[in-house]
Amino acid sequence: MRRIPRDDAPQVRMEFEGQALLAYTGDTVAAALLAGNHWNFRTTPVSGAIRGPFCMMGVCFDCLVEIDGVANRQACMIEVREGMRVKRQLGASDIGADLFTDGEQETPP
Amino acid sequence: MKDHYDIVVVGAGPAGMAAATVAAEHGVGVLLLDEQPVAGGQIYRDVGRQTLDDRNILGPDYYEGRELVSALQASGAEHVTGATVWQLSPQREIGVSKDGIARLLSADQVILATGAQERPFPVPGWTLAGVMTAGGAQVLLKSAALAEPDAVFAGTGPLLYLVANQYVKAGIPIRAILDTTPRANRLRALPHLPAALMSMGALLKGRRWMAELRAAGIPFIKHVEDLKLLGTDALSGVEYRRRDRWRRLDTTRIFLHQGIVPNVNLAMAAGCAHRWSDAQLCWHAVTDAWAETDVPGIAIAGDGAGIDGAIAAECLGRIAAYGALQRCARLDARERDRLAAPQRRTLSEERRIRPFLDAMFRPSRRFRLPEDDATIVCRCEEVPAARVVESVALGCVGPNQLKAFSRCGMGPCQGRLCGLTISEMIARQRGVPVAEVGALRLRPPVKPLMLAELAALATAPESIPGRD
Amino acid sequence: MGAALAFGLQRRGLSTLMLDEGDIAFRAARGNFGLVWVQGKGVDFPPYAHWTWTSAQSWSDLNAEIEEITGEDIGYRRPGGAEVCIDAGELETTRAEMQRLQSHAPHFEYQMLDRKALSELLPGLGPEVAGGCYSPADGHVNPLLLLRGLHQCLTAKGGRIETGSRVIAIQQRGSAFAVDTTGKRHHGARLVLAAGLGTRELAAMIGLDIPLRPERGQILVTERLRPFLSLPLARIRQTVEGSVQLGASNEDAGLDEGTRVSVMNRIAARAVRVFPHLERARVVRAWGALRIMTPDSYPIYAQSQRHPGAFAAVCHSGVTLAAAHVLHLAAGIAEGALPEALSPMNTRRFGYA
Repeated sequence: MRRIPRDDAPQVRMEFEGQALLAYTGDTVAAALLAGNHWNFRTTPVSGAIRGPFCMMGVCFDCLVEIDGVANRQACMIEVREGMRVKRQLGASDIGADLFTDGEQETPP
Repeated sequence: MKDHYDIVVVGAGPAGMAAATVAAEHGVGVLLLDEQPVAGGQIYRDVGRQTLDDRNILGPDYYEGRELVSALQASGAEHVTGATVWQLSPQREIGVSKDGIARLLSADQVILATGAQERPFPVPGWTLAGVMTAGGAQVLLKSAALAEPDAVFAGTGPLLYLVANQYVKAGIPIRAILDTTPRANRLRALPHLPAALMSMGALLKGRRWMAELRAAGIPFIKHVEDLKLLGTDALSGVEYRRRDRWRRLDTTRIFLHQGIVPNVNLAMAAGCAHRWSDAQLCWHAVTDAWAETDVPGIAIAGDGAGIDGAIAAECLGRIAAYGALQRCARLDARERDRLAAPQRRTLSEERRIRPFLDAMFRPSRRFRLPEDDATIVCRCEEVPAARVVESVALGCVGPNQLKAFSRCGMGPCQGRLCGLTISEMIARQRGVPVAEVGALRLRPPVKPLMLAELAALATAPESIPGRD
Repeated sequence: MGAALAFGLQRRGLSTLMLDEGDIAFRAARGNFGLVWVQGKGVDFPPYAHWTWTSAQSWSDLNAEIEEITGEDIGYRRPGGAEVCIDAGELETTRAEMQRLQSHAPHFEYQMLDRKALSELLPGLGPEVAGGCYSPADGHVNPLLLLRGLHQCLTAKGGRIETGSRVIAIQQRGSAFAVDTTGKRHHGARLVLAAGLGTRELAAMIGLDIPLRPERGQILVTERLRPFLSLPLARIRQTVEGSVQLGASNEDAGLDEGTRVSVMNRIAARAVRVFPHLERARVVRAWGALRIMTPDSYPIYAQSQRHPGAFAAVCHSGVTLAAAHVLHLAAGIAEGALPEALSPMNTRRFGYA
């Protein structure tokens, strides 16, 4: 995506998938990712299909990403902040996933 | 936020801003709640902090929204941003969530101004990454000064041409415009032309947009009858058919649009009656002359009640506020009527062109009712059209049974992107009117809410710690 | 209930027509939690405990039959189930109840577990839990798939379903029954009223007094989560798709819309106490389910003396009892008389016939 000329905006340094991402104050996380040419935001919990943002206004729930460790956040509804760490949302939310041992011996953290 | 207000307005678009401003100017305790960080809704998104160098890009209509924002600020209305309303009960108990904390508050009068969303566009491949809506493209332009070069625009409706126009003014190349406006619509719209001619300004504006798109040399393919979006993990191309010939365009970005429809979820969950509008192919709230619904004390103003556009939304917002003020005994009926009169005049003028627009840009059945078995109807639960058809064949008479049998509507969007499609599909398969089929029964929470928030919710208003 | 009995009759060779109201009907069936539950049932009413046991033990037969006819897995699993007790008071009450149950149902197995033992069964169990009760007899199923499956089985065996049909009058004509809906009249040698809360009004048409009242319960459903809970709990169940269902059990009462948020709050508060990690799960939908409550909460199975061949059946555990209804109750109805084992559950126990 291309930025159209506008007043200078303070830069915001953040991360996407461990890589540095440059954004600007007032960007939503979705805008920042798109600006960085990242259109693949998540894989669905139903089939693992790849999804990206669709409506940009909070009604489609396709732009879900993990932000600072919290799963399934609507990227188009959240503004960027300095130091934010964003990751793709892979499948279902993983809260409690470390509890499910599936018969294996669980090692303490 | 306090525990109780005279008037609570939900949504800070033109209707909500106007309503809250009027209420505050009349000295009542009013609260305006909105999810976005600044006022403006979608149509005037970020107008109060717009920084694009070239004001011609977004155009003068957009910048007019600043007056509403200034008036709101000057009125002293309490405006809480970043607030998600997840519940509205018929007794006007409102559930709000802000910064991860949910709380309840109550109001004597509620004005819902939740605006519109885009109509679903269920074509094969519409869930691929790289597919977005034209409205989404416009949000990116308004809120982040971002535009995608060489994208394809596909669909029908004023917003599609407006955004394409804004791209042209911004110097952003457009790969092609695939216009799905059905050929037959011209004839359908003809009877409404005389009334529309009274809104010459709006008609000329539309023609100017088209002329500028042509002048920019963008391939403009009209009367597209079928669309397929191609790709495995992401969009790689689009196939379109016109006059029995299929052609293909390579592209990784497409912006779809086929009109806007009211955002009805909160109103329906509050129990407000809606009726099916065949003219606009969506649900309209049943409201009286003061925008009040059949639930006492709950009014719906703006595109959330039925699509009439931004200026009409402003007028209706004020009318709703005058009505609410009278019900709060802050205005007597005569004063109320007198104040509302000029708003009603403007509202009538704004509505004149609407039947023409509705007819001219009425999306075709093929784009509302997927014919391909594999086309995804419910994006959240990935339910294909075949499953919907199969469930109706098994005896599902309406969307709620269909939800139980197919999972359509069970995802986080709560039917926002599949509700209209399934109601129309069921109606067609059963051979009955959509009004008979009905809509999904919606209940709070109308937006997802964390269990931690619900668990911590103090349900007795007296025990809510004071928060501002 | 209706679908189970209809299928049960059709599979015994009786041509069956099921009249179904419409899209907003199915309310109770759609609100069911999905438990196939034995523990704690009929603690002080042995006939109900026995009937529940009969159903639980034949559930895998029902499941196999549905799967064979429809080719679909309706999600029936029987890993056992647990009741989680958040304080010592609940633990003691549960212990006493299980003892009373086992006193007249010695085949019923259960284990009282302290917090430590329970947490081995339920990883992630919160620290503020007193303990619980595990029974290998319990299980769960997807209630929506069950309903759909029963419909499919009914039609697969030649039965008919008419939707959008509201019954407005019933008369006995000779030895047959004439049932009027708004558009049509239907005739049948037997009549089965299993219309949930609507049964009261219909039963009155054939001289049966079925005392019922609606009791609203609420269910919250979360977004899909990765699997962490393989055992169904009385109030918490993770579905095959990953979403977690949270229920209020018998705590809530009343129809007042104003109590809804307080109920959601109670359900949520309890859920995060049992599984603290659920704090970050989002509720994506909630609904109210109207339980069909009889005066003592046990089912009513009644047959009309005045109009032989007419039966009424209501209960609030339609999923648990589905197997008993399909495989055993339908047999009795087909033969013209309710099984003897069910006579304690007719309306005479309320002091009238």
